[in-house]
Amino acid sequence: MNIRGLFRAEQTRRKALVQGYVVPDTSRCVQCGICSYNCPINIDVRRHAWLGEPVRDSHCLTCGECVARCPRGVLRFESTNLFQTQN
Amino acid sequence: MRRYVIIGSGAAGIAASEAIRNHDASGEILLITDDPHGYYSRPGLAYYLTGEIDERMLFPFSEQDFRRLNLRRITAQVARIHPEAHRIEMHTGAQLPYDRLLIATGAAAVRADVPGSDLAGVVKLDSLEDTRHILNLIRRARSAVVVGGGITALELVEGMRARNLRTHYFLRGDRYWSNVLDAAESKIVEHRLQEEGVQIHYNTELAEILGKNGRVAGVRTKDGRLIECQIVAIAIGVQPRKQLAQTSDLKVDKGILVDQYMRTSHEDIFAAGDVAQVYDPLSGKSVVDSLWGPARDQGSAAGLNMAGITTPYSRLAPFNVTRLAHLTTTIIGTVNKGRDDDLLGIARGDSETWRNLPDAIAAQANFDVNSLRLLLGKQHLLGAVVMGDQTLSRPLTRIVIERVDITPIREQILQPGAPLGDLVADFWSQLHKS
Ligand SMILES: Cc1cc2nc3c(=O)[nH]c(=O)nc-3n(C[C@H](O)[C@H](O)[C@H](O)COP(=O)(O)OP(=O)(O)OC[C@H]3O[C@@H](n4cnc5c(N)ncnc54)[C@H](O)[C@@H]3O)c2cc1C
Repeated sequence: MNIRGLFRAEQTRRKALVQGYVVPDTSRCVQCGICSYNCPINIDVRRHAWLGEPVRDSHCLTCGECVARCPRGVLRFESTNLFQTQN
Repeated sequence: MRRYVIIGSGAAGIAASEAIRNHDASGEILLITDDPHGYYSRPGLAYYLTGEIDERMLFPFSEQDFRRLNLRRITAQVARIHPEAHRIEMHTGAQLPYDRLLIATGAAAVRADVPGSDLAGVVKLDSLEDTRHILNLIRRARSAVVVGGGITALELVEGMRARNLRTHYFLRGDRYWSNVLDAAESKIVEHRLQEEGVQIHYNTELAEILGKNGRVAGVRTKDGRLIECQIVAIAIGVQPRKQLAQTSDLKVDKGILVDQYMRTSHEDIFAAGDVAQVYDPLSGKSVVDSLWGPARDQGSAAGLNMAGITTPYSRLAPFNVTRLAHLTTTIIGTVNKGRDDDLLGIARGDSETWRNLPDAIAAQANFDVNSLRLLLGKQHLLGAVVMGDQTLSRPLTRIVIERVDITPIREQILQPGAPLGDLVADFWSQLHKS
């Protein structure tokens, strides 16, 4: 895999999403609240990030708003592990 | 029953409370803060300023979260510590006893030392109250001057622009954040600010803030220029709030000195977060950070030790992910050296380690707005700066923090024009296959 492949994978990530859940990287999070603020169904994503717990809420739409808006790259989707799913 | 007193309800104080409660269900925990708004996300203030979140989002804990911790919260200013008597004294003169004390008082913005600094309209971005104040001023203002460096200065610049003020940004030298970023990275940031309509004034120093009826009306620069403005925002660095430790004869240097258990020079008093100066095993020096992540980790470690669970705090290579002119940027490990004339000491979201660069070789690739810089030691990656696309920032953080041996790709990285991104991506994929 080359860097362009990696970037493409990132760009198409939101479209390619089918299932999977949002996973936080606590060490990057500063609890600013942008994720929770932008969740269309009011899941407290920030709390998950503080506790280091994936968002396993069955109501999560996996719309990707929180992932895309986080200014610090705290959140990602577990089902698209870039370094294992690419060729 | 043990009585724990925590001074400061920021990331460090909250993390300490959680750690204590996890191991001591019955001890009494007293959380004292002089901030009327209690615990909120300080980095979030920048997004409140731009309007990306509203004020209620700044509070990470619900009342229920606090109840679960079963602690008493007090709003008061602590004036003194009496270590021998195991008591603290409030501003009012009232005293409270403790068995274990944590000082997690954070850091405060350094004031500018120029005439006119007391005028209404001279602001800093430290607390929620500051942010409210700035938002109020913005309603009546047309233009603002921002002075300083690092992340907070930029957040002020972006906040003013987002609120449609004509925004002037003064830099003492010829580029932005010169002791953390390299010249190309500074240029990327400056260029983007200019595209957003920010007027950058290079080699410009503030001589005087001019007032009219007690309010800011403009500034005069050292080279004699006059610029009209209603707000002057200062972000020239922060100072650990270590006075409580100083007046009670605890050992202090730049911050409050602690051992690896976050213990100060007094056995039952601990310190953590922006106010603490901790030993860094990598450099053998004792350093201060102004970073949320380390504040939380140090608070946790302090809390555990206070509860009697002996736990060393091991300082990892510091990193910060932040937005510089709307460009997500990760700074990992050691990336530069020297001093930045726009800052005195340390800035918010800053680590001294980023500037302790020994003789490393830098490899750099710029593609469009994405920029990647790697700092190579003999066998390890000492640091990295990733601007724009963040795909590589996670692997690079791990490679630096875990001190992964990069010998297999070192020579290739050093080839002129090497595809740095590809090399790191491939190296990382290989590592994770094996
Ligand atoms: C605008 C801004 C942007 C930032 N950006 C970033 C970033 O991008 N990345 C990052 O990692 N970090 C960033 N930071 C820094 C981060 O917020 C701090 O590192 C972190 O808050 C430190 O936590 P702390 O608990 O040590 O101190 P603080 O959060 O400062 O808390 C200190 C507490 O002590 C209390 N206190 C102090 N003295 C007394 C006293 N005498 N009596 C009673 N109470 C007292 C205060 O009221 C407060 O509650 C930013 C900060 C600001 C302000």
